Amino acid sequence: MTTFDFTFYAFSILTLLSASVMVFSKNLIHCAVGLLFAFFGIAGIYVLLAADFLAAVQVLIYVGGILVLLLFGVMLSQRIAGVNIETGTLQFIPALLVCGVVFAILTHLALKTRWSLMPLAEMAPTSRTIGNLLMTEYLLPFEIISILLLAALVGAAFMARREAR
Amino acid sequence: MTPVGLPHFLILSAALFCLGLLAVISKKNAVTVLMGVELIINAANINFIAFSRYVDNDLDGQMFGVFVIIAAAAGAAVALAIVLNIYQRMKSVNLDEADSLAG
Repeated sequence: MTTFDFTFYAFSILTLLSASVMVFSKNLIHCAVGLLFAFFGIAGIYVLLAADFLAAVQVLIYVGGILVLLLFGVMLSQRIAGVNIETGTLQFIPALLVCGVVFAILTHLALKTRWSLMPLAEMAPTSRTIGNLLMTEYLLPFEIISILLLAALVGAAFMARREAR
Repeated sequence: MTPVGLPHFLILSAALFCLGLLAVISKKNAVTVLMGVELIINAANINFIAFSRYVDNDLDGQMFGVFVIIAAAAGAAVALAIVLNIYQRMKSVNLDEADSLAG
């Protein structure tokens, strides 16, 4: 087993365990912490896939931004004074069955399909190339997603205002 | 044990997707459902980047990953605002109680 394999399995186990904690825990704070470690594990997976820039973005945006946002959501939408920061589940057994079937199908597909694999390129820093691509080939999507993000954030701030009604 | 390749990453992302799906369809709390959506988005992103590494050999998949992360951030912000509005109106974020449109 090479170092690459070992690292992959370590990060996979970290990711899947913490995602399971997120899914199976009843306490919302435990859910958020589980998600935090899942995001870290996924950033590690990105590094293994030679996506160093994306790994950094993952840590910055998901761990630093989205997770804090979700925690705000937990804090603002629960009666913190009470003890009740819990979430129940509905129809858990059928949901588990459906997800198991979906997982079986996806695994079967991943294993049985004959992917047209290319020889692996050397791992190289990607941030310079991504920056160049953003300013040349992907300029239009970049501008569009900037507008989308601006509109979404202004809309979110407007909707969440207390005196909006 | 075969060396780690594309199928390993695909199976990891399938497992993450199913965990996210489980959270989305079985949790009552709207914020937890959102967390499940984030897991699903991350699973999709792992697929994009794995294919970009193993099948395509250029950075197009990673560019998709960047855009997916930005769109996920926008989505999370709007969804959180909606959740807060639901909380203000109904004093609860349990999705099974937000049923005033039901007949």
